[in-house]
Amino acid sequence: MPSLDVETAPEAGSDGNGHIRTELSGLDRLELAGDGPRQSTGRRIWRLTWPKVAAVALGLAIWQIAVWLEWKPEYALASPGDAFGSLWDLVREGTLWTALDITMRRAVGGFAFALVIGIVIGTLVSGFEPVRVAVGSLITGLQTMPSIAWFPLAILLFGRNEHAITFVVVLGAAPSIANGLITGIDQIPPILRRAGRVLGARGPSEYRHIVLPAALPSFIGGLKQGWAFAWRSLMAGELLVIIRGKASLGYLLTVNRDLNDSAGLIAVMIAILIVGIVVDTVFFGTLDRAVRRRWGLLDPAT
Amino acid sequence: MTATRTSPVDPAESVPPNSSEEQHAGPEDTSSGPRPAPAVRLQGVSKVYGTGANAVAALDGIDIEVAPRELVCVVGASGCGKSTMLNLLAGLDRPTRGEVEVDGRAALMFQEAALFPWLTVTKNVELALKLRKVPKAERRSRVEALLETVHLQDFGGKRPHELSGGMRQRVALARAFAQDADVLLMDEPFGALDAMTRDVLHDELENLWQSRDLTIVFVTHNVREAARLADRIIVLSSRPGTVTAVMDNPIGRPRRIESPEVGKLAADITGQLRQEVRRHAEP
Repeated sequence: MPSLDVETAPEAGSDGNGHIRTELSGLDRLELAGDGPRQSTGRRIWRLTWPKVAAVALGLAIWQIAVWLEWKPEYALASPGDAFGSLWDLVREGTLWTALDITMRRAVGGFAFALVIGIVIGTLVSGFEPVRVAVGSLITGLQTMPSIAWFPLAILLFGRNEHAITFVVVLGAAPSIANGLITGIDQIPPILRRAGRVLGARGPSEYRHIVLPAALPSFIGGLKQGWAFAWRSLMAGELLVIIRGKASLGYLLTVNRDLNDSAGLIAVMIAILIVGIVVDTVFFGTLDRAVRRRWGLLDPAT
Repeated sequence: MTATRTSPVDPAESVPPNSSEEQHAGPEDTSSGPRPAPAVRLQGVSKVYGTGANAVAALDGIDIEVAPRELVCVVGASGCGKSTMLNLLAGLDRPTRGEVEVDGRAALMFQEAALFPWLTVTKNVELALKLRKVPKAERRSRVEALLETVHLQDFGGKRPHELSGGMRQRVALARAFAQDADVLLMDEPFGALDAMTRDVLHDELENLWQSRDLTIVFVTHNVREAARLADRIIVLSSRPGTVTAVMDNPIGRPRRIESPEVGKLAADITGQLRQEVRRHAEP
């Protein structure tokens, strides 16, 4: 082989470079050739959908059979048909939209508040050892406290009003959000931080370019969990704290129970269930999967 | 050669400018000529972790000088403080005693590529430029050129988890070059790769090194790799790490890892290391 002179070596096409280029490209193609056949989108949707549809159908069937057998009187357990009929009435009359508007405003507002508090606490705990020692275990402790247990105190502190509801929603969601952030930061592989330092990431730039993106998957997991807690706290709150002129979803539940309107009651419950599924699975679930896929934490086939 | 040797290969003698090492790879004359500043210098460097009874000396009295444009391999058995040494050189840690000097910027590569999984290949390389405050307009073309030097120009949009181990290391190499480092520190960078890929990457690294104004300190426990790549091989002892031997590599370039000369030198290094291991055996 001719000598690799410094003058000619960098030029592409010089002998040394040329054989390396060819061999590397061969290795690259061999390494990446292993992508198996992928299922078509239609098949995949069908594979993921039919078991869910079947499960819902089975649930409805059991419900209908219980009604036919007159297991409970009609005012206590309405038939699926009546319940969905009531749901349709709620939609048509606009009652449901008004209720959703009130409830979702509370949920989103409380969640946003919890988000700010969770991020502040999470950042402080993960960044300062004394803060971690002081409140680290308290955060997990708060998470195990059923939020409904806070309501008597909240009502004493704020009265039966929006503040009491917000207070409990925030208490329900903030610990999960903080914990997600703390776990995410704690679990950053040390090698990534070292790599970042070598590249010159220090202080704020380390935070922005290395720490926050590395912690994001866990943080989103925390958001998802925080939302679930916020939603539960809010439903409990709307049952306990009835505010005049605010026909929220929780208020509709209470009214229908008082009127022994089982069909209406179940209709509102179905609405609550649907909202929960949409936000939790469709919104947070999609966000969670998208981030995990980009981060390489998810098997691309699923 | 013994641990007391501190004079480096004289680059004025052994590495004439604009020439690769092959014409001049024999044992060097270290006695004459003005000595340019070394690219890397460790003088009496010790590193102790912990205090009191729990103190562990990772490095003890290390004296090493590496000349500009030299490729030095550091080999040693487990516990020789190779990684500690690189951390000191990279400025990630401070020595307990002694002086560490690096002329210019140092970039560090690990056994894992340590790419950021949330960034594409392009963005990974670009981040190195961004953190050095290279203007945005300049970055794109520089990233393209860097990816081209490691033959990954077609993979800029991929994410690290979509690449093979060898490709990831090449991205890491491009990222290290993006730092415009004068000294490249490598911590067993090819240790986790298969032999075939490693072989091609040796050619690639040698090629890039020869075409750039670059000094390399390459830590490995693979003695054949050291014999294949190095101008000079530094053998470290273990617990604490001290320099037990400095061996010049007389083999001309280009080299093949399977050549008998490389095998012979690897056997010599292994002999040194085994002696070191025997010293630690119970009597």
